[in-house]
Amino acid sequence: MTIAAPATPQTDSREVVLRVENLKKYFPIHRGVFQTHVGDVKAVDGISFTVHRGETLGLVGESGCGKTTAGRTIIRLYEPTAGRVDFLGTDMATLKGEGLRHIRQKMQMIFQDPYASLNPRMSVLRIVGEPLEVFHIAAGEERKERVAQLLELVGLNPDFMRRYPHEFSGGQRQRIGLARSLALNPDLIICDEPISALDVSIQAQVVNLLEDLQEKLGLTYVFIAHDLSMVRHISNRVAVMYLGKIMELTDRDTLYSNPQHPYTQALLSAVPVPDPVIEEKRQRIILEGDLPSPAHPPKGCNFNTRCPKAFDTCFDVDPDIVQIAPGHFCACHLVKGQA
Amino acid sequence: MTAQEQPAETTVLAINRPVNWLEHLVGHDAYRTLKGLATNPVSVIGLILLGMFLFVAAAAPVLAPPVSKDDPYNIPRDGYGAVPKVPGTEWKTRQPPLPFWWKAVTGKDQWVHLMGTASGQWDIYYGVIWGTRTALFAGLTITLAGVLIGVTIGAVSAYYGGAVDMILMRITDLFQAFPFLLTAMTLSAVLTPRLGKGLLAPMIALIVFSWMGFARLLRSDILSLREREYVLAARVVGVRDSRILFRHILPNAIFPTLVLASMRIGSYAITFAGLSFLGIGAEVGFADWGQLLSFARDWMTQLAEYWYIIVFPGVTLVLFVLSWNLVGDALRDVLDPRLQGSR
Repeated sequence: MTIAAPATPQTDSREVVLRVENLKKYFPIHRGVFQTHVGDVKAVDGISFTVHRGETLGLVGESGCGKTTAGRTIIRLYEPTAGRVDFLGTDMATLKGEGLRHIRQKMQMIFQDPYASLNPRMSVLRIVGEPLEVFHIAAGEERKERVAQLLELVGLNPDFMRRYPHEFSGGQRQRIGLARSLALNPDLIICDEPISALDVSIQAQVVNLLEDLQEKLGLTYVFIAHDLSMVRHISNRVAVMYLGKIMELTDRDTLYSNPQHPYTQALLSAVPVPDPVIEEKRQRIILEGDLPSPAHPPKGCNFNTRCPKAFDTCFDVDPDIVQIAPGHFCACHLVKGQA
Repeated sequence: MTAQEQPAETTVLAINRPVNWLEHLVGHDAYRTLKGLATNPVSVIGLILLGMFLFVAAAAPVLAPPVSKDDPYNIPRDGYGAVPKVPGTEWKTRQPPLPFWWKAVTGKDQWVHLMGTASGQWDIYYGVIWGTRTALFAGLTITLAGVLIGVTIGAVSAYYGGAVDMILMRITDLFQAFPFLLTAMTLSAVLTPRLGKGLLAPMIALIVFSWMGFARLLRSDILSLREREYVLAARVVGVRDSRILFRHILPNAIFPTLVLASMRIGSYAITFAGLSFLGIGAEVGFADWGQLLSFARDWMTQLAEYWYIIVFPGVTLVLFVLSWNLVGDALRDVLDPRLQGSR
């Protein structure tokens, strides 16, 4: 699909931390007694983007669009089927064993479910201290000290370090997970829906904490979410995913004020406006049907089964993602690319 | 998003929990397990029962001094008559050494059949006391061997996956396809002429068909844990595979297997007794509860009169199985930290 990774917008001259090129992750489907390979679930089907130091890239899309798989493939919890993941000048997609282990110190992840992401049999000290232990960074009293600092950094009382995960609330656990991911001083953190399992009031606290830490430590985030208003709040740029592909990618303000892709337009029209007068008058685009199975994506554009504006070409040709304005990329036959 | 930073929830739990000497000694996990077991009424009953059995097993030579020190498991018999004798009947022939406490308590020099005699004049009291050792030995050994085989096969299967998993699991299915008691009986009968009459043949027969449950349980637990987010998180922070298996997966996956094992100890003891009852377990005269029950077979129709030949060994067997089940139940509750708050 994509030939080259979207170029850096002229406005952004910061260092590129992460460059993902044409990344694919297919899960093979095996059937029968002999486990013959009968097809693939194309969870991530050729996505490309760059992330600059200190920025937050939002990755949005509905359930099952492949955003979590994308995150896990980038950090190599899954083997990529094809593509490059250029992180700080190293191609992570082909690294193995120790090399991967070491480069991954600089790329960390926080997980969606704060109840499942902490080992119930380990105390907070051991959970947060484990990265320090396996990389021989600190031991004994020194490790305890460092863990205490990390806990304080994420707004937890260091006296809690002997406690076990089940003694904490969801928001506190997410902070513990965050402390663990900060232990190795990462450059990039992939946040895989870090707040969607939390209470709304706690969501705000965690997002504010993420923002504070970004400022303090110069962190770069890839923020995966389905909540558009939260993504709008935290992201500098936003990529919209649908059925394994990026449909539109641009800076936040452009995306929310001038969406070009019909899917983005439909998504944004689904966000309620907190004003009853406007809300009543507003035209919503209602999408019909469900997400097609990623094992059998439609011919042509992935979105053609639900697109209100689909025409003949959409059912034959898969649109390339093209630059339609500086830093604004879109994969739709209705928009024209810039030369 | 205008929520205040400095959330209330982060400052609520500022308690410095005191750590007592026992916790220092055995570590937090073990301490929690011990504390849970000691405070749960169900487990306390189970532990008391179990403690009684352990005491009886350990004190067998004092409680029931054997006729011959070289062959203490041989149940002494008082003649050869077929009709059982009631509890309290005095020993007539081949009286075993008198235990010192008997004289201290009753002041008599005459040793009696405390629980009566079974058909063939086997002394039930000796059978129950020394049979406790047999039950503990058989139950523990069979379960331990079964767990070792099962855990090895389950862990290897889950860890390597693919063809290894396929082959090992089909072998497991094969063993499970046989009806347990029937095949164990057959194997025991086949092994007995080769290994000689005794405990070895029936125990091996039970071990051979005991491990499948443990293997499948552990395998499935490992498989489900392998995709848990905390395991993924451990990989992300750079923990190596072997450490992930031993630190993150096994400690969380092993407990259902251990709980199952503790419950199985009782049931293997009862199955072993069953083999003895059927005459393909311990040899005739060897102290074993199943053996005692089989002595009662000819008098089943007159149990109103000869109740003691079935009640003493029967109740002992039931209490033994019950004690392990109670302890197993309590272990399950205690070892799952998610249930901790509910107590």
